[in-house]
Amino acid sequence: MGLVKELIKGLRVTGGTMLRTIAGGGLVTTEYPKEMRVKPQRFHGRHVLNRYPDGMEKCIGCELCAGACPADCIYVRGEDNDPENPTSPGERFGFVYEINMLRCIFCGLCVEACPTEAITMTHLFEFSTTNREDAVYTKETLLMERDGTVPHMFPDDELADLSELDTADGWMRATAPSGVAAYEGTMMWQGTPGPADWAPEPSQEERDRRSGEGATDD
Amino acid sequence: MSWPQFWIVLLRVVATFGLLLLVTLLNVWAERKILADMQSRIGPKRAGPFGILQTVADGLKLFFKEAVTPRKVELGMYLLAPFLAVVPAFLIFMMVPWGRPFMIGDNEVALQGADLNIGLLFILAMSSLAVYSVVLAGWSSGSKYPLLGGVRATAQAISYEAAMGLAMVAVVMFTATQGDGGTLSLAEIVNRQSGTWGDVIPALEPVLQFVPRWNVFPQIVAFVIFFVAIIAETNRAPFDLVEAEQEIVGFHTEYSGMRFAMFFLAEYVNIFSMCAIAATLFLGGWNGPTFEGSVPGLVSALLPTVWFLAKTYFLIFIFFWIRATLPRLRYDQLMQLGWKRLIPAALGWLVLSAAVISFRQFGSPWS
Repeated sequence: MGLVKELIKGLRVTGGTMLRTIAGGGLVTTEYPKEMRVKPQRFHGRHVLNRYPDGMEKCIGCELCAGACPADCIYVRGEDNDPENPTSPGERFGFVYEINMLRCIFCGLCVEACPTEAITMTHLFEFSTTNREDAVYTKETLLMERDGTVPHMFPDDELADLSELDTADGWMRATAPSGVAAYEGTMMWQGTPGPADWAPEPSQEERDRRSGEGATDD
Repeated sequence: MSWPQFWIVLLRVVATFGLLLLVTLLNVWAERKILADMQSRIGPKRAGPFGILQTVADGLKLFFKEAVTPRKVELGMYLLAPFLAVVPAFLIFMMVPWGRPFMIGDNEVALQGADLNIGLLFILAMSSLAVYSVVLAGWSSGSKYPLLGGVRATAQAISYEAAMGLAMVAVVMFTATQGDGGTLSLAEIVNRQSGTWGDVIPALEPVLQFVPRWNVFPQIVAFVIFFVAIIAETNRAPFDLVEAEQEIVGFHTEYSGMRFAMFFLAEYVNIFSMCAIAATLFLGGWNGPTFEGSVPGLVSALLPTVWFLAKTYFLIFIFFWIRATLPRLRYDQLMQLGWKRLIPAALGWLVLSAAVISFRQFGSPWS
């Protein structure tokens, strides 16, 4: 008889769950493509190469991300900046930047390694392609536009959720929003990619004057 | 046979066949939906309203898939086995009356594939025949896992068929006392369950006039045994170690495409047929209030079919409910339940029923 009692106990659990689900509560699944679940703030999705608000690329082609990558999926080749028309505020810039998404394990070590916060991760996670070449993301795909929008692989897809690209795992500006190298080390955080929504920082002289100190060095 | 009779027979068979296909489509969908509800999921809802065409979509997909034939198969038996599974499954339901007979002109139309006077025997024969498809599919695949699955399935089906048959015998014996002699015809068994128990036992009429004259009340033990046995007979959870979806070493491991779909179809047809038989034998079949005179004629003509489907679906729902609840039995537990519990219980109940029936018919032997 103990068996029957246990059986009825089990049937009550499943029956109760059924009634609860029919009443419209307690669903653990969502209708995925139609209804996206909110991902955690620090979700490790597709990478993006950032720009400074003035349009300068952040990547300086140092290859530290490639060195840190445990899956060896990043390939970077740096090139000297044209002094007249620089691509990045530093000496060099990332001339070639490729990430093989078939090998990437989305550990985020490249983001940790990057000295200029040039590479960060978005919330985009749909990588299906119909051939292997498309899985190697090049600089055109990875680099954000000058207006701060992030390129989407399939922007015309009716299921593409472009708003996924607006929230990233902490967009940090390693230097001043103006991108002047003299302000390196002054970090600021911004919740979204794109141009800064705060005023440019004052120059060093301005700040020195405000704090009442003279220039110490040089 | 005159032409009208010929057309009526054709109509009966085609209607029964069509009903069976339709409810099978619905059953697969209903099972997925109910299981989803019991597991806090959404379930199929894209194909058609509420996903009701999901089975059609799956069937079409399987139909257009390649049916792989492994190199080592015994080709003849390998190709024959799926048909051996489907044909008996359909033939079983042909015996079940699924509505009240009505008249077209001078000809009576029974809503039943065929009314054999050995209907129950035929059902037992066909469900035994279905075992052949399992063992042949397992053996002819030329692979060890299907072979093991086939052997297991055969042992299970044979063990539980014994309990199922014994439970049926108790009903047949009881039915013989309810009318003019014994019968194995399902139509006659349904007829003898019309009315209420108040008509049979006048002394308790005030109470029993609300209790329908279904066999389940005097034969409750036989009903429970029969129900457990048909769950095992149709290879459903918790007795589904024949195919064991998670482990996938069933007898149809080497089948793909439409050939697999036929095994799948046979399983769901069997579920409906077996539940229909349980409803027919124990729950009064299509018997139920028809409100004749107070509702339009067509409605009261269709109501028996509605009652029949309602009873059958009640049992099918319990099938699904149990599947969502119970974990799978181990093989030795399965055999223990079959041989040490169900068959002795069925035999004991059979002896008890026989004793009561003969006592009521002939009086006590010592008097």
